[in-house]
Amino acid sequence: MLTNEEVRSKVLDIIADIALDDDVTTIKDDIALRDQLELDSMDFLDIVMELKKRHKIEVPQEDYSHLASMQSCVDYLAPKFNA
Amino acid sequence: MSSSYDCVIIGAGMSGLAAGIRLAMFDKKVIIVEKHSISGGLNSYYSRGKRKFDVGLHAMTNFVTAQERGKPFNKLIKQLRIPYEDFKLHPQKYSLIKFPEKELRFNNEIQLFIEEINTNFPEETDGFLKLLDFIKTFDEVNLSNQTQMAKPVVKSFINNESLLEMIFTPLLIYGSAWENDMDISQFVIMFKSIYLEGFSRPEGGVRTIINILLKRFEECGGEIKFNCEVTRVNSKNNRIESVEVNSNEIINCQTILSSIGLPETFEIIDNLENSNHKPRVGNLSFCESILMTDLKPKVLGIDATIIFYNNRPKYLYQKPQTFFDSESAVVCMPNNFDHDEFNEGILRITNIANFDLWNKELNLSKQAYKDKKEEVYKQSRLILEKCGLNSSHEVIFKDIFTPTTIKRYTGHQNGVVYGSIDKSRNGTTPINGLYICGTDQGFLGIVGSMLSGISMANLHVLSPQNSGGLS
Repeated sequence: MLTNEEVRSKVLDIIADIALDDDVTTIKDDIALRDQLELDSMDFLDIVMELKKRHKIEVPQEDYSHLASMQSCVDYLAPKFNA
Repeated sequence: MSSSYDCVIIGAGMSGLAAGIRLAMFDKKVIIVEKHSISGGLNSYYSRGKRKFDVGLHAMTNFVTAQERGKPFNKLIKQLRIPYEDFKLHPQKYSLIKFPEKELRFNNEIQLFIEEINTNFPEETDGFLKLLDFIKTFDEVNLSNQTQMAKPVVKSFINNESLLEMIFTPLLIYGSAWENDMDISQFVIMFKSIYLEGFSRPEGGVRTIINILLKRFEECGGEIKFNCEVTRVNSKNNRIESVEVNSNEIINCQTILSSIGLPETFEIIDNLENSNHKPRVGNLSFCESILMTDLKPKVLGIDATIIFYNNRPKYLYQKPQTFFDSESAVVCMPNNFDHDEFNEGILRITNIANFDLWNKELNLSKQAYKDKKEEVYKQSRLILEKCGLNSSHEVIFKDIFTPTTIKRYTGHQNGVVYGSIDKSRNGTTPINGLYICGTDQGFLGIVGSMLSGISMANLHVLSPQNSGGLS
């Protein structure tokens, strides 16, 4: 059973690898990732792809909006990590 | 022998390699098949007389520093996860658009170009600034943009015919498949990549980029096969099944990304219905003289990086009625970037050329073909003189390529470089599972070709709506 903190750290690992030049240590959980980092739609596709590659988690396209902020990522992904 | 892949990529040029990296990165089973023994495609390399040459590279467009976010070059290296520093980019000094009456300089800061226009065409400064605003807000990468010619649009900002021609010259010769004009989206892509971002050269030339891409592709676990020509694309019920290589081996696959050109891809599809919709073959090809000199261009009077030379009031970007057009040329001085890695002077003079005439001559007699090449060389010396190169130098080596050389090495019909005037902007074809990528689909230059490979791999192979049939 992963805690929310552990889920957050796994998501952060992925974002750190995609947004190579961004400082991910200062991400605020309740603010949209887009507004804090240099992420475009191509990069969000990468987050989805990495979730599948590293953790076998599928995110259907209609659920992309759940990846908007760190908080919504954790809320949405925690049950999937623990399924 | 039979095998099966998620995706077969045809061609190991910049776009094929970039697409391959994206797919291999996310564990797709992918193979790149390349007809030649080396990679690079239109931007490859060769050696003659112990000297190394780049085939296509004058300069890389889209120059940005590592800090500038959201620009095409930085987007693409992020997608490929390659550090900026690996490319060792060295910016240009300045370039020159040289017409009979006027000259305009530009560098990687738009300010210089604005000042030059203000000096030479003061009444057009306002219009040019408005054109800049229009360009900055234009969504040129929207795949649903309709084809529309650019000159009429630009004319609504620029009144002076001569300035209009000067602005278009570098943009046309560095990437238009259309004669004398180009599609508006492509115009904006080119304008941003040349005037707003600018030119640079990777240290080590095109080999540096190819090696970075090959290494990354191999790291990600991709497979690549050289000397492997796709001779047929097999489909069943309008859906891709396999490719046949070297006329006998079958590779089964779910999708194909073809980077060999639109008409060239249609040529190898097995049973194409709607064959009346065949894409047209482009008209524009080039010849180029590469000269090595004992002294460097700077010492001989040329300190510009690239000169867009035109000796007529209007710039004729069209298939010439003669073997080549000696009244216009692009003259590139690879020594004149802010880092010079060469021991000798290098000058590359590129002219628009007529494929049919060269092809006829070559079939007629090898000697006549060689004599014509010698004429290209002689004219290139005259062009250099007109560009200000003084004659106190020795040419220690020269090499000349023609439209037939381009056809032989790239397989592009008519030796075209910028593809057919019919594009598949979103990469789709009449066959499901067969997609087109490459610089010739309207994303131009080295940066454009890599971006095209990335976008088509993302859109057609990686995106979740397509993953059903793949994973």
